[in-house]
Amino acid sequence: MFRRYGEHCVATFAADEVRVLRKVAGEVVGLLTDGFDHDDPVVGRLFPDIYPEDPTNSAEFRRYTEGDLKTGKIDQAGAILAGLPPETGGEVRLDPEAAEAWLRALNDARLAMGVRLEIKDGTDLGDELDQAILQDPTSSRVFQLSVYAYLGYLQESLLNALVD
Amino acid sequence: MRPRQLPEIFPGQLPDIGGVPVQQFPWGSGTMEGMAAPQIAPVETPDTEEVPVSDRAWVTIVWDDPVNLMSYVTWVLQKLFGYSHEKAEQLMLDVHHKGRAVVSSGARERMEHDAAQLHGYGLWATVDRS
Repeated sequence: MFRRYGEHCVATFAADEVRVLRKVAGEVVGLLTDGFDHDDPVVGRLFPDIYPEDPTNSAEFRRYTEGDLKTGKIDQAGAILAGLPPETGGEVRLDPEAAEAWLRALNDARLAMGVRLEIKDGTDLGDELDQAILQDPTSSRVFQLSVYAYLGYLQESLLNALVD
Repeated sequence: MRPRQLPEIFPGQLPDIGGVPVQQFPWGSGTMEGMAAPQIAPVETPDTEEVPVSDRAWVTIVWDDPVNLMSYVTWVLQKLFGYSHEKAEQLMLDVHHKGRAVVSSGARERMEHDAAQLHGYGLWATVDRS
């Protein structure tokens, strides 16, 4: 996982990790572009109402800020795509700015997956995974929970390396 | 080990990109290194000048959510508001245990700016009267 070398955060990724990260970042970009839908709960979580009790002022605020927020989120997902090695795997080397973009993008991806996977307070990821495997070890849910856990591990490791 | 098709991560959102064997993910295969009182350069200095009471009438609130890592929330609060690690961690714990915490207060426009910044980092932030 990520380690600090000078001002850079460095990690080596296997081919599987590269493909999964590329897919995750690509899907986040898709959510924010072609797939953008205010009725999607994922979009609701990434772009929360600033005044929960006041839809009019929330919409007004959204009108002025949503474009920039969306651009920022697309850019940070793009930072993952830009920083990844070829599909065969290899080294990722992030300067502090890129590391921060990765942290934010990994967080967006985890938020999106958390909504889809219905992660709640107190959800035990290990238990969820065990149950999903018992039900059907080849299910999408097993894969998605694994990716979700992996992204959390990766984000924590990058954060530790960045503040090291 | 038989490679299998990579399922959708956000179902119904985007086309698939192909098969990956996912059994070798390294998640959970090691322990986190301890995070000792990180020094983080704030993006802006905290506003310590005297502000009229009427301009402190609004607050930015961060709400608990089940996804954000505690260490990440602490880091964001340090980064955005220039809070010490101790203060940021205390606010994070308030969010975690009480469900919400006021992370800044001041004029309405400034609170809207803070909330938008927090949304950029994926924190669930709202603005309210204090």
